[in-house]
Amino acid sequence: MAGQSDPHISLFSAEEVEFMAEDELIEIVPNLRMDPLNFICGDFGPFLPQIATQVPFWLAVALKKRGKCAIRPPQWMSVENLTQVLERERESQGAFQVLPFHYVEISRLLFDHARDDIPDMYMVRSLIEDIRDVRIHKVETSLEKFSGTSAVKIPNLSAMEVNIIRPFVGRALQAFYKHDNPEKIPDVDRPSSAQTRVANNEPRRPLRR
Amino acid sequence: MASSGGEWSAEQIDDYEALISTTDVELLKKAWRNEKASPEILPFEEALVKRAKEQIQLMEETVDDFEESGHDPLIVSLYQMDLDRVQFLLRSYLRVRLQKIEKFMFYIWKTDTYRNRLSIEEEKFTERCIRDMGKHLEETVLSKMPDNYQSVLKQSVISEEDDMVPEPQLDTFVVAKCERTTRPLYLDGSRQSAGFDSRDDHFQMVPGDLCILRYRPFQEELTSGNISLV
Repeated sequence: MAGQSDPHISLFSAEEVEFMAEDELIEIVPNLRMDPLNFICGDFGPFLPQIATQVPFWLAVALKKRGKCAIRPPQWMSVENLTQVLERERESQGAFQVLPFHYVEISRLLFDHARDDIPDMYMVRSLIEDIRDVRIHKVETSLEKFSGTSAVKIPNLSAMEVNIIRPFVGRALQAFYKHDNPEKIPDVDRPSSAQTRVANNEPRRPLRR
Repeated sequence: MASSGGEWSAEQIDDYEALISTTDVELLKKAWRNEKASPEILPFEEALVKRAKEQIQLMEETVDDFEESGHDPLIVSLYQMDLDRVQFLLRSYLRVRLQKIEKFMFYIWKTDTYRNRLSIEEEKFTERCIRDMGKHLEETVLSKMPDNYQSVLKQSVISEEDDMVPEPQLDTFVVAKCERTTRPLYLDGSRQSAGFDSRDDHFQMVPGDLCILRYRPFQEELTSGNISLV
């Protein structure tokens, strides 16, 4: 069906995760004069040249594409901060550093549409890629600790990371639960092996796009 | 807001600010995420959908007016984008529900809890689905089967339950974000505390927590809005 992700591969498609991230607010510096916009999703503006204002990401990108504003990268996106995050991310084996829930999507949107607004863009991009890789690796090793359980806290995991591990971890935990409680889950409506294989082999696909 | 005097507690102000800053779009997005992620069909957000439809209609009229009155095309296109995003959310929300109905139509129909969660239109849809699916199965397969095997709902006449009806699997695992502190839950089994975080025998979430949960024990927390699915 148009506009729907295939629920068997991933609950939310990469596009849908990005859609959610686009509602996050970001600061822009407009270079045009425009009255306030009264949207269904909220009121934004007024827009005055050189006066910074907060808008949702999709609006920032739309204005940026038309050359009507500069986007101010969020504070956490500085080389200093990211270097620290990466260092701490490497040092601590179990825990994840605090990053915005949509950091992967936000940085991707900025790299795609506002590269001239990011100081040290290449450095920032490679730092974020490194952070992402370290975190994904950490997720993979942490999975070994999962066993029969009904609830696992996954502090500071981001939206994209959640979306990647969900098919595999969800099924794994369900399998643990089923083996622990054989009487509770009837063996109907099992996912076919084909679906499981897709979920297992391609957990990283959305990130590599 | 509430800057005068100290009559309000910090918590009240937080609640109030959360309330006025939460738009219907945010609520719709949450409803959409929950519906997409939960294995069963959730109560239909009737009031919210009604409000969203009204706002969409209003915005459509506004955009039309803008176009006719020769407004700046940039502004018109920005309003159109806002409109498109809300429409996508609403359509996707309704479609996810229809997909669930198609999957579990027989079960939803015979289970009052689920049936009461449908909108009037969805109820009609379910009825038609059941009729068409029944007719289809009848014509293609069942009429050619021996007498004892002709039920749409049962494998054979000796089945005691409706064993050919797919049911939602409530023991699937979902990812949830905590909105309000949940009540402590005593989960069954002895090994709840694996993973990143070791706890006593009960499990509790505080705002901001992110967890992978088995859906069944947390059903109530979801319908009460203490947690939302991501």
